[in-house]
Amino acid sequence: MSLGKLLERIIQLIPVLLGVSLIVFVMMALTPGDPVQIMVGEQSITPEQEAELRRNLGLDRPMVERFFIFLAHAVQFDFGNSFYHGRPVADVIAERLPATIELSLVALIVALATAIPLGVVAAIRKNSVLDRMATVGSLLGVSLPGFWFGILLIMLFAVHMQVLPVSGRIGYDNEVAAVTGFLLIDTLLAGDIGAFGDALRHLLLPAITLGLPMTAILMRVTRSSMLEVMRQDYVTFAEAKGLPRRRVLYRHALKNALIPTVSVAAIETGSLLGGNMIVETVFGWPGLGRLVVESIFLRNYPLIQAAVLLYAVTYVLLNFLADILYTVLNPRVKL
Amino acid sequence: MTVLLEVTSLRTEFATRAGLVRAVDGVSLQVRRGECLGVVGESGSGKSVTFASVMGLVRSPGKVVAGTIFFDGRDLRQLSPEEMRAIRGRDIAMTMQDALTALNPALSVGEQMAEVMVAHDETLPAGRAARRAAIRERSVEMLGLVGIPSPDTRLRQYPHEFSGGMRQRIMIAIALTCRPKLLITDEPTTALDVTIQAQVLELISDIRARLGMAVVLITHDLGVVAEHCDRVMVMYAGQVVEEGPTSAVIGQPRHPYTRGLLASIPRPALRGHRIEPIMGQVPDLVGLPPQCRFHSRCPLARPECLVEVPMLPAGPGRQARCLRLEEPA
Ligand SMILES: Nc1ncnc2c1ncn2[C@@H]1O[C@H](COP(=O)(O)OP(=O)(O)OP(=O)(O)O)[C@@H](O)[C@H]1O
Ligand code: SF4
Ligand SMILES: [Mg+2]
Repeated sequence: MSLGKLLERIIQLIPVLLGVSLIVFVMMALTPGDPVQIMVGEQSITPEQEAELRRNLGLDRPMVERFFIFLAHAVQFDFGNSFYHGRPVADVIAERLPATIELSLVALIVALATAIPLGVVAAIRKNSVLDRMATVGSLLGVSLPGFWFGILLIMLFAVHMQVLPVSGRIGYDNEVAAVTGFLLIDTLLAGDIGAFGDALRHLLLPAITLGLPMTAILMRVTRSSMLEVMRQDYVTFAEAKGLPRRRVLYRHALKNALIPTVSVAAIETGSLLGGNMIVETVFGWPGLGRLVVESIFLRNYPLIQAAVLLYAVTYVLLNFLADILYTVLNPRVKL
Repeated sequence: MTVLLEVTSLRTEFATRAGLVRAVDGVSLQVRRGECLGVVGESGSGKSVTFASVMGLVRSPGKVVAGTIFFDGRDLRQLSPEEMRAIRGRDIAMTMQDALTALNPALSVGEQMAEVMVAHDETLPAGRAARRAAIRERSVEMLGLVGIPSPDTRLRQYPHEFSGGMRQRIMIAIALTCRPKLLITDEPTTALDVTIQAQVLELISDIRARLGMAVVLITHDLGVVAEHCDRVMVMYAGQVVEEGPTSAVIGQPRHPYTRGLLASIPRPALRGHRIEPIMGQVPDLVGLPPQCRFHSRCPLARPECLVEVPMLPAGPGRQARCLRLEEPA
């Protein structure tokens, strides 16, 4: 893929992102109830105070103007102040974001690392006991509610067997200086292997819970695309060339079979965002998902708006990435 | 000429929902060293499955259930998968019926050429750089041999960057890389236009003469057989129905099916003759009764043909599966 084409695709993203911003803005604006009333709640304030608040939020201006102000601020990562935290929304989100990204990435890695080998083996040994077990497992994986599965894991590994921690990112005695915000990196930077292990142990259950539906989906995609690819002429021809079986399976078949897997993985990573809210709440994970849940209860409008926009933009970018990956992996497709 | 490949009473079946399909039913054949055997027959007559069986490449739900396949003195059906792998691509090479789908779209042509050498060629030098250079040199040589222009720059390219005819030739180049004793080539020309068809066939004949390689040429085109094959074998509904020297079989077909085929295929040599398509259809291969399979379509059919018909002598070096060989056409 040429750089020019890539640039063209990036430029094509701009209207999509604008559209997404508009939708987020309109959704928030059309949410029933007056934000000021909701924020104020039971407290009694004077009409002057209320007008002041309204002006601060920019609610006294016409809708269209408000959208452009929102947009102009958004591109500068200015989403106003979080009343609850008494700090800019962007700062609060930036603080919580690494925890969520770390959890999502580990969940993604766990999902890929289990789904691909399982899918391949299930395809190679089609209809074997293992294949059937994997099929049933993946069906459960997509249909079990995340919070239920998470609680099950907590009860088994944390409460009953007591081998893994219940919640949080790291034990109190293992806290290290935040440099990147990613604990797996920060603990290593601090040279504290014990803390690294502790952070990893904290990550395990939430990552498995978060990655479970994705594992199930990716396994099924890998299995069926592997089966599809193994029927192709070029696999027979590879066998006719007398290549070792390993090479036929992994170089010829898997390389093609992974194209849909990788694309779906990139798209599904977007759905991890939704899962984050539940998993972070269940596991007391101090990330963005829990922050959003808390903010919804606190009716912290500016923060919700910023987070929803962030989710939407991430989703769009992940789809873009999926497209690019598909093209890079598949020499036949030209952008 | 000594016999290189000798297949006896081969039977290959597919277990399908409709029942057991006998795709290959009691096929016997011989290929001598350096000779070219043409294999013809309507679509579905079992040509591809017969030679997939020889290669040990029949896929589930298919299975070779009976017969022996002697190649170079060894029964291929008795070999372990690893022994069979060592023979494939080195001693017996194959090209696929459809050149457009036979090359892996995700791997460069250079890699697809190199891997067959890596798998089989023990004479490659040991050092990494020397090895790469040797592989590259041989790849360029092979691509040059099949007439791909500027092969050294094209090794890096992917199959979709080549035309159908070029892909066909690349597939042939790959098959010939290890100088096999036998090349099985399935419809090497169907995807190609007429001039390129002729070039590809010339190329195969040429290399055959130079390497002393035997060729099995599967085709629908009796004209191609007439021009390139020493002997021809006609298949119908999973069986061989006629077999013998090309000139004799084409000049004086003895089996009614062969006659029908010759009449149905337009050929310059047959210009002026009426083209008569064979009436009717190939019988369903599930649960065939033990009787002449061509019976339902045969213009010479008689009630006494409703028995199992063996291959019968039909002239010098010829056999045919018909009870009424002496009847005039
Ligand atoms: N995977 C399969 N499942 C079931 N039956 C099959 C399968 N592959 C082949 N067959 C059966 O084997 C028969 C012979 O097929 P084969 O491909 O050998 O025909 P062919 O002579 O090569 O035809 P063509 O000229 O179209 O290539 C078919 O009629 C079909 O019934
Ligand atoms: S045996 Fe009878 S039915 Fe069969 S081909 Fe010969 S003449 Fe026709
Ligand atoms: Mg065929």
